[in-house]
Amino acid sequence: MAVAEGARLTPVELLVSLGRNPTTKTLLKIIILVLIATAAVASRLFSVIRFESIIHEFDPWFNFRATKYLVANGFYQFWDWFDDRTWHPLGRVTGGTLYPGLMVTSGVIYHLLRFLTVPVDIRNICVLLAPAFSGLTAYAAYLLTNEMTTSSSAGLLAAAFMGITPGYISRSVAGSYDNEAIAIFLLVFTFYLWIKALKLGSVLWGALCALFYGYMVASWGGYAFITCLVPLHAFVLVCMGRFSLRLYVAYTTWYALGTLASMQIPFVGFLPVRTSEHMPALGIFGFLQLVAFLEYVRSAVPSRQFQTFLYIGLGGIFGAGLLGLVGLTAGGYIAPWSGRFYSLWDTGYAKIHIPIIASVSEHQPTAWPAFFFDLNMLIWLFPAGVYMCFQKLEDEHVFIIVYALFGSYFAGVMVRLMLTLTPVVCVAAAIAASQLLDTYLQYKSPEVVDNKEEESTDGTSKKSSKQSTLRSASQPVVGIYTVLSKAFIAGAMTVFLLIFVQHCTWVTSNAYSSPSVVLASRMPDGSQHIIDDYREAYQWLRQNTKEDAKIMSWWDYGYQIGGMADRPTLVDNNTWNNTHIATVGKAMSSREEVAYPIMRQHEVDYVLVVFGGLLGYSGDDINKFLWMVRIAEGIWPDEVKERDFFTPRGEYKVDADASETMKNSLMYKMSYHNYASLFPPGQAQDRVRGARLPDQSPVLNSLEEAYTSENWIIRIYKVKDLDNVGRDHAAAASFERGHKKKKAIKKRGPRVLRVE
Amino acid sequence: MAPKKPATATGPATTSASTLSSSASGQIDKIALNIVQHYQKTTPQRTKLIDTFMAFLVIVGGLQFAYCVLAGNYPFNAFLSGFSATVGQFVLTASLRIQTTEANKSEFPSVSPERFVPSVLFSGQLVQAIPKRILLTFVPSHRAFADYVVGSLILHFFCINFIN
Repeated sequence: MAVAEGARLTPVELLVSLGRNPTTKTLLKIIILVLIATAAVASRLFSVIRFESIIHEFDPWFNFRATKYLVANGFYQFWDWFDDRTWHPLGRVTGGTLYPGLMVTSGVIYHLLRFLTVPVDIRNICVLLAPAFSGLTAYAAYLLTNEMTTSSSAGLLAAAFMGITPGYISRSVAGSYDNEAIAIFLLVFTFYLWIKALKLGSVLWGALCALFYGYMVASWGGYAFITCLVPLHAFVLVCMGRFSLRLYVAYTTWYALGTLASMQIPFVGFLPVRTSEHMPALGIFGFLQLVAFLEYVRSAVPSRQFQTFLYIGLGGIFGAGLLGLVGLTAGGYIAPWSGRFYSLWDTGYAKIHIPIIASVSEHQPTAWPAFFFDLNMLIWLFPAGVYMCFQKLEDEHVFIIVYALFGSYFAGVMVRLMLTLTPVVCVAAAIAASQLLDTYLQYKSPEVVDNKEEESTDGTSKKSSKQSTLRSASQPVVGIYTVLSKAFIAGAMTVFLLIFVQHCTWVTSNAYSSPSVVLASRMPDGSQHIIDDYREAYQWLRQNTKEDAKIMSWWDYGYQIGGMADRPTLVDNNTWNNTHIATVGKAMSSREEVAYPIMRQHEVDYVLVVFGGLLGYSGDDINKFLWMVRIAEGIWPDEVKERDFFTPRGEYKVDADASETMKNSLMYKMSYHNYASLFPPGQAQDRVRGARLPDQSPVLNSLEEAYTSENWIIRIYKVKDLDNVGRDHAAAASFERGHKKKKAIKKRGPRVLRVE
Repeated sequence: MAPKKPATATGPATTSASTLSSSASGQIDKIALNIVQHYQKTTPQRTKLIDTFMAFLVIVGGLQFAYCVLAGNYPFNAFLSGFSATVGQFVLTASLRIQTTEANKSEFPSVSPERFVPSVLFSGQLVQAIPKRILLTFVPSHRAFADYVVGSLILHFFCINFIN
């Protein structure tokens, strides 16, 4: 044992002596960072390994399609892109209504690789862009943390946390080709540059910060987070009496250049001077000019005079500014806060006023377990880290505190904003963890008496000089002397870290790596079974329909149809026109006789519905149906009423008890058309809603079934043409089925005319 | 050229000004007078040149704004880029002025090259301080000026791109 101990000590000592060498230290740091980046990339590849290199979910399909367009047609064409294959018949000015950062980034990478004669498919670049940028994000977190603390281990820990924390992985697995893929890197890096600019008071860093801010604006709508956070930080600093000329230089440079940069993006355009979200930044800009001027005046005149000057001058200007802002808002020059913004303050707001925002699951308030699920042990290290920031409280620590408060609030309001909280959690947790490790992982015990004296003299001398960077200065440092406590804490920390890694891997592998285009299930024997209905159906559309056949579906599937089936759609995930979406919602939720004219007017050729009843796939259209009803009701409150879709007892049912409106709605009919014929009589069952269905399938008159995928997830219906002898569809279909003309059907006839 | 310490300039002003202060308007006048005096006494010639440029920018910006209010903002792009060019140039110039001002040296360790020189040298106790002080008025502006040029280039690139 003793021999082993002795043998083990020498390499450790060797390592320690190596670690003291600054060159080796740098080398080690670089190696560790590269390893972290590799781990970050590797942990995001589950989906590629399990499934294939495929674009995930919904929005990425649009980004992918736009990128292909950019690569094929060049930058200027892309910039002026008018897309007539979406939002039929309106079209969409795509070039002016998207954030081009993501597509341009992959386009540049594509052309760069081509230039280097690396033949690579644009799809693979798109799939792997998010993991690649996650490596950079880890590095940016390292830089940001290094600005906060003198401990070099904190930065590395932050990089490691950032690399593998599920809160960030959720939006950056391979194939998740969404704006967030690069935006989080830009967010963290912009914050780093801001801190750097603030610390140095340098125009250059401020300008760099503005450039990356501009890149961020080009990439993600979440740029407003920076637009609000940086002014807030500046404001808090001024309120704390920490105004410095460095702050003036950094902030004004950032604002003047950053705002101009953000206005270059057509989608943002004049928003920075027109909307209330951007006004705090402008206000703080003016405020800082005033404060800087006042600082100058204070140095010029005696304090008594300065006070009078302050009261008269500042009060007047503040009042005038406030009046001006109110006047401009009232006069309509500055748009008041947008609805999306209100929903951040009042979580019930969207549900009442803007159902289309509330209908998106990621806009729902966050459930508490989600914090632990996404951040695991970081969430309890996070407050400790923020506390450490309070202990030091330089300008940059104020930033972390402000960010932590702001980010926590927003993460609690909207699930997707967990993403903006994650970086600060990683940084703060890394500060806390490294403090622990630095204290407990000292190789040598401190020499008792000597060390204490040194600390105390050190402490007093530092106290007198007030400005101290050593964390030991403000409070007495307690050295750890016994090996036992050292080993215990270090061991516990190691276990926690290992559990964290395990948790992250587990969450990533189980929760965040599903492409949702391809579903996986387990066979009874444990082998994996791939359910590929989406691609099957889209491929059918691509091969069996006309090039310009218009597909009507709920907006969730618009991007996928555009991307995979390459067919024009009525509505898609870019929900810019609420009325158009409501029209589709109305068609889906109305009787056939009402829906048919709507579909004719929009030249719909096929209708696509997603039905999970056979397989037990819960994200289907019947479960989303109430949102369609609500959105349609928002525009046509007289024709579509949510109440009618519930049973008299207020239940949402699809079985024999379903309300008449429900049973007659187009969506219901399309979902359950012919469904009962799959089962023996009396056995028809909907596996999602656990309902026993009536044996009689709903009858469709104006649509005919065109295609149903293997597991019935996607059902496609063809819209019948007008009857060539002038009958209405109900009569024609009834005749086809061999019935004679009945009075009852005749009676229903005039209703068609009444509608439009 | 050699800047004077602000403290020495304000010293006599304090006593003379604080004695009489009955009406608010009179006081404002006095304050304004004080500021002007202080400015004229303590500002080096170079900084005054910068200040002239800043005043010019304020005037140009004011003119643009007045035009926008009076004649309408029709080419809003043009107005915005013109106005933000003046505002941006103003703050960049203000930053340059701040960074090159003697009194703010301690705030900006990175843009002034003498960060390795101990502060004792500036207190005037040592003889070696003199050449350093002369040096100070010229050298540190280099880095600050380079920053200024980079910032301005970016600013005007964006403005020209935005002007349509």
